[in-house]
Amino acid sequence: MGTLNAPPTAARQTPTAASAAARAIVEIRDLSLTFQAADRPVVALDHIDLTVQSGDFVSIIGPSGCGKTTLLRVVADLEQPTSGSITVDGMTPEAARLKRAYGYVFQAPALQPWRTVERNVTLPLEIFGIAKAERARRAAEQLALVGLTGFERKYPWQLSGGMQQRVSIARALSFAPDMLLLDEPFGALDEITRDHLNLQLAELWRRTGKTCLFVTHSISEAVFLSTRIVVMSPRPGRILDIIDSDLPRERGLELRESLRFQEIAARVRRGLKEGHSYDD
Amino acid sequence: MSARSKITPLPLLMLAALPMPMGWLVAKAAESADPGEATDFGDEAARSLVYWWQCWPALAAALVALAGFWLARGRPWPRRVEAALLVPAILAGCALPFLVIGSGFEVGPGAWVFLLGVLALIWHLFALLSGEEGYARHLLVPGLFGVAVIYLWQVLVQGFEIPAVLLPPPTGVALSFVDQTAEMWGDFVQTVLRSVVRGYLIGCGAGFVVAILADRIPFLARGLLPFGNLVSALPIVGIAPIMVMWFGFDWQSKAAVVAVMTFFPMLVNTLSGLAESERIQIDLMRSYAAGYWRTLVMLRLPNALPFIFNALKINSTLALIGAIVAEFFGTPIVGMGFRISTAVARMDLGVVWATIVVAALTGSLAYGGIAMVERAVTAWHQSYRRR
Amino acid sequence: MTRALPVLTVALAILVLWYAGAILLNAPQVLDLWDRSGTQWSTIDLIRACWNMERAVLPTPHQIVADLIRTIFGYALDNPRNILFHVGVTAGGTLVGFVLGTVVGTLLAVGIVHIRTLESSLMPWVIASQTVPILAIAPMIIVILGNMGFTGVFPKAIISAYLSFFPITIGLVKGLRSADPLALDLMRTYSATPAQVFWRLRMPSALPFLFASLKVAVAISLVGAIVAELPTGSVAGIGARLLTTSYYGQMVQMWSALVVAALLSLVLVWGVGAAQRIVIGQSRPPA
Repeated sequence: MGTLNAPPTAARQTPTAASAAARAIVEIRDLSLTFQAADRPVVALDHIDLTVQSGDFVSIIGPSGCGKTTLLRVVADLEQPTSGSITVDGMTPEAARLKRAYGYVFQAPALQPWRTVERNVTLPLEIFGIAKAERARRAAEQLALVGLTGFERKYPWQLSGGMQQRVSIARALSFAPDMLLLDEPFGALDEITRDHLNLQLAELWRRTGKTCLFVTHSISEAVFLSTRIVVMSPRPGRILDIIDSDLPRERGLELRESLRFQEIAARVRRGLKEGHSYDD
Repeated sequence: MSARSKITPLPLLMLAALPMPMGWLVAKAAESADPGEATDFGDEAARSLVYWWQCWPALAAALVALAGFWLARGRPWPRRVEAALLVPAILAGCALPFLVIGSGFEVGPGAWVFLLGVLALIWHLFALLSGEEGYARHLLVPGLFGVAVIYLWQVLVQGFEIPAVLLPPPTGVALSFVDQTAEMWGDFVQTVLRSVVRGYLIGCGAGFVVAILADRIPFLARGLLPFGNLVSALPIVGIAPIMVMWFGFDWQSKAAVVAVMTFFPMLVNTLSGLAESERIQIDLMRSYAAGYWRTLVMLRLPNALPFIFNALKINSTLALIGAIVAEFFGTPIVGMGFRISTAVARMDLGVVWATIVVAALTGSLAYGGIAMVERAVTAWHQSYRRR
Repeated sequence: MTRALPVLTVALAILVLWYAGAILLNAPQVLDLWDRSGTQWSTIDLIRACWNMERAVLPTPHQIVADLIRTIFGYALDNPRNILFHVGVTAGGTLVGFVLGTVVGTLLAVGIVHIRTLESSLMPWVIASQTVPILAIAPMIIVILGNMGFTGVFPKAIISAYLSFFPITIGLVKGLRSADPLALDLMRTYSATPAQVFWRLRMPSALPFLFASLKVAVAISLVGAIVAELPTGSVAGIGARLLTTSYYGQMVQMWSALVVAALLSLVLVWGVGAAQRIVIGQSRPPA
């Protein structure tokens, strides 16, 4: 339920070697997606292969237009691939969506302006037909988790952008999905707020052990949060590099000054640059 | 203490008016004649000038007005104090023409010029109140403006002895209203309660339902929307005679006209309101595996509410017009349109205006009522924030 | 083609419903007539009769088109039997009223935007003025103005003007206020005079709003002119034509008057749209 699962204790191995403790939550094989634009077809995703293990925090990073958001939307069954296969928790994305297997956090908070903060958090619970008392309990719990206790009766417009985005994270957590899909959730925020929310998210992930799929275009954000970083390039959208991070699970902002952090960040940057050279 | 508020020099007209002849004394022959015909041979009647000192009530009112003006402008006051001090001056100035008439004189150039000065003073009062915030600005000023317009209407009609067949004074309208309350209630029941309300409910309801239907079937929406926009530019009241032929003289034909007139604004507004929800909001509902109807009720209809209320407001005035116009093409002997056309034929303009007032009040109250419900229901909408 | 298909389908559905409705509504009368004369009839006969009835409850589109062709080409332009004569009369009243309403509406809007006292005292009444069902009392105003010696196009134009000033005032006030605050600040740094701010910033940014309002205004102005022609005694104009045909139960003529009114409305709105394209050009997407 809403109470936090203990973080997986099994020593995590490199995900490329299939481990017994962590099972594959998302499996993408040779997946392609082509949009029919007005003048010509656009290849948004080109032969993508990716496996996400349970408990992983996977960041997808790349310049705009590289298809990283599209990839996340395919996982969420908001887009249908043109070819290839994908399973989410062993099911088709549609079945997973109908089973409410994931919580989605968008670039914008997407709060309903006519609902209070609390009722925004309980929106999915209302849809799932959960009793009122239980809804209130879970809302209080999730709002406490994102540090918004005391704001239950406020309306979205009375909150700052960072607070609104935290409400939307609480909303995604409220029905205790095993997986979080986050699509540049902090992209529209200033850097100070963003650092703060990154810390909160890292802490949240450490405590709940949820599988996270995180789309971003910030290198430091990706390195700071992730256990794996997927580097993508645009036109056509394809995966250039998958980097496993061996940074400790317990993370503070000072981690970003460490040598290992810099090394991983440098590798990501190299990967991105390589992708860029395709363009020129 | 703040500086003196800015004012035009126009109130000084009050001083300039004092040396002028205040009014006319009309010879007995003309005065005893019917006031309606007085203007006809007013030029032949012997008129002699009357000066301020010859009419004590008028002079007293003028002095009170000037004293009040001097008091209010004599030294710099805060805005509210100045406004309060202006009130007796304005009241005295407004009473002046009636005092002249009451003393048996006709209102002449001096009194009119004085009144102009008083009007400038009223304008200044509005300017002072407009500087305030809150209810003074949003309720008091427009309210007083309305009162001022009615006052001017009364003064001009009485002062220039405009015959009642052209324009009855507000007091005449009020009298007709009191005289014929029963008939007018009957008209109200027939036109508003029977025709308008039923037609309005049918038209808005049908527009809403068809909009949902068209939303469910996008093909239908793409086909209907151009027609909806087309029809909104058409003179739909023109179908009134057809509806009268089809549905007879009683309220059914009027309700039909009203229903057709209100249908399309509701259809077009609801459809564009339903298109208002953001993509990510819809994706969010999809990620919760919420179906069409749940997404409609929990997300898209709330988003469409401002548009739906807009249609309800537009329709409230359209409906009244439709019903009254349709009554020109045939009615049982009751109804506001019927009353207006027969009263015009009998030159009984008091009744006509009284009916218009009822219609306008009905329209305003309906509009205001819907607006209040809208405010309560869509208080979250950005147009109401930071007020 | 993909855009035209749904529209064509709906248009076809309307046509089918119309012809079906004509059978449904007209059949009782036809049958009644045949019963009394003892005529033998088949279904084909019935349908044909329903679709071509002289005094049909619901005339069919082809009857209306035929009537329009007959009245337009059968008579001289100045003959009251020619529908175009009435169109000309109504269009004249509409345009005069529209111009008058535009002038008044623009002046009010400029005043409201620049004078705060006007805004707080007058603006609520501009809105309240539209709850007065002026259209309903239009014939009365015509009669009163007639008593005062005003006849012809002027009284009609007053009604049209009263109706059309409102959308223009509302739209223009909104438009004049829509100027970008940053652009207003920029004008301030140039120490531009209020007149310069008005002509170089406020008015250009208000133009899309103005034209959107003008389209509404011209349509409603036509409605005003038609209703103003309703009082008994007037002989010219689409409104008068509607009233006389309704008196004599000439359903086909009544419908053709309605169709003509609709076409006139579309032409007027299209005219404003054309003016908009000329004035604003392609520099901005249409409002």
